[in-house]
Amino acid sequence: MANEGVLRIEKLRKSFGDNVVIDGLDLTVQPGEVVVVIGPSGCGKSTLLRCINGLEEIQGGRILLDDQEVDGRSKDIARIRQKLGMVFQSYDLFPHKTIIENVTLSPIVVQKRPKSEVIAEGEALLQRVGLLDKRDDYPRQLSGGQKQRVAIARALAMKPEIMLLDEITAALDPEMVHEVLDVILDLAREGKTMIIVTHEMSFARAVADRVIFLEGGHIVEEGIPEQFFTNPSTDRARAFLRTFEFDAVRSHVPKLQENDAASA
Amino acid sequence: MELLGLDVLFKGSNAMRLLQGLGIAVEISIISVVISLILGMLFGIFMTWKNPVAKVISRIYLEIVRIMPQLVLLFIVFFGATRALNINISAELSSIIVFSFWGVGEMGDLVRGSLESIPKHQYESAAALGMTKGQIYYHIVIPQAVRRLIPMSINLVTRMIKTTSLILMIGVVEVMKVGQQIIEANRMASPNAVFGIYGIILLLYFLVCWPISMLARHLEKKWSN
Ligand SMILES: Nc1ncnc2c1ncn2[C@@H]1O[C@H](COP(=O)(O)OP(=O)(O)O)[C@@H](O)[C@H]1O
Ligand SMILES: [Mg+2]
Repeated sequence: MANEGVLRIEKLRKSFGDNVVIDGLDLTVQPGEVVVVIGPSGCGKSTLLRCINGLEEIQGGRILLDDQEVDGRSKDIARIRQKLGMVFQSYDLFPHKTIIENVTLSPIVVQKRPKSEVIAEGEALLQRVGLLDKRDDYPRQLSGGQKQRVAIARALAMKPEIMLLDEITAALDPEMVHEVLDVILDLAREGKTMIIVTHEMSFARAVADRVIFLEGGHIVEEGIPEQFFTNPSTDRARAFLRTFEFDAVRSHVPKLQENDAASA
Repeated sequence: MELLGLDVLFKGSNAMRLLQGLGIAVEISIISVVISLILGMLFGIFMTWKNPVAKVISRIYLEIVRIMPQLVLLFIVFFGATRALNINISAELSSIIVFSFWGVGEMGDLVRGSLESIPKHQYESAAALGMTKGQIYYHIVIPQAVRRLIPMSINLVTRMIKTTSLILMIGVVEVMKVGQQIIEANRMASPNAVFGIYGIILLLYFLVCWPISMLARHLEKKWSN
């Protein structure tokens, strides 16, 4: 099939009542591509990912994965969603299942794959995210960063064609951000197709093949990260990127100690 | 023995009658509890419907259950039905009607609460993993709702069993009633019987309710996430 693994979004329109959140958006994601979506809070980044996964009803346009329409109301939606792995900001593990059960539940009951095979794969995935020793724990025993890594493993266990990540580190303590993002960088290196919403700019720069800046329901600017982050072509993107910087307010420049000055 | 008047218990068929009374109370409790659990599940699911008519109906029902003391309901059903509708309902049946009416409301509200306590994100994460609606309920929602529901419903069952002593008020031959009769009959011969008999009744209730309370506490601990 010519369009194997290709996601095509055509003239997507999504509104909540009178509030038009996405207004005629076009986007094509090629297999192996990592697209990072950034933009101000409330610009519709989460809504876009939720539309791609059929969790929101859309008011216009269409979304095609492998030439099949993604439609939240259709009977086929559960089958199409198996090709889309989604990780939310709030991880949402199943609290009544152990870690390994969280990871293996869906492949067993949805894809009806042999249990022993699924468990072996689940253990390999836990190994990969560094949590095999937590195999039989319950989610409440894990830290936020550990839970989020399990959520990533749980999504990967379905062998999705595309991963959708919605601000997966936004709810984490700063020291846990890295352990989670390292897993994603590893996936990118391996060639996994991903659409990533994030506010971690240095991560965005490292992981993206293409950056998309969303505002007012449209793609305002898109480009390769080097160009987008160092020399954005629109004022809006420039203004947005400036909000991540701080100007120095130091009024006293501390005198350097003798030995510090010498070693400097 | 003399002091507590317990000798009365071993006179004639007194002990037998007391146990029979307890038997009827337990029978009424069990029947009402079973009805409450089954219909309460359905009522709880009904209460989660978004339909405004369903909301109003369940609201009114719940308010009645909460506001009316069971005793008043018992009088309304037992005497009211006899007077107003000219039908004769036995005391046992009216007790079962009233306790079920109460239990279905309370149980329904517990079921509604447990279902609604499952966050929207649990449904969405499961849906994102490709589960169908049925699979989401079977594997994710119901197991979590049941864990929250069981200790609370056991607590409700305990309360229902305790409340059966109310039945005495409308003349059902039940533990308290028998106890009272025994005491009355022996007022002259054994004036202390009142302590012994009520003591025994307390003990009997304790023996029925205590294991249930222990089970409730055990499950609560085991399933607190
Ligand atoms: N379920 C909803 N109902 C109504 N409005 C919503 C809903 N979800 C999101 N919105 C609105 O859509 C807009 C975009 O939200 P969202 O996609 O969450 O933004 P972002 O993820 O970029 O911060 C916001 O104005 C928000 O208020
Ligand atoms: Mg968001």
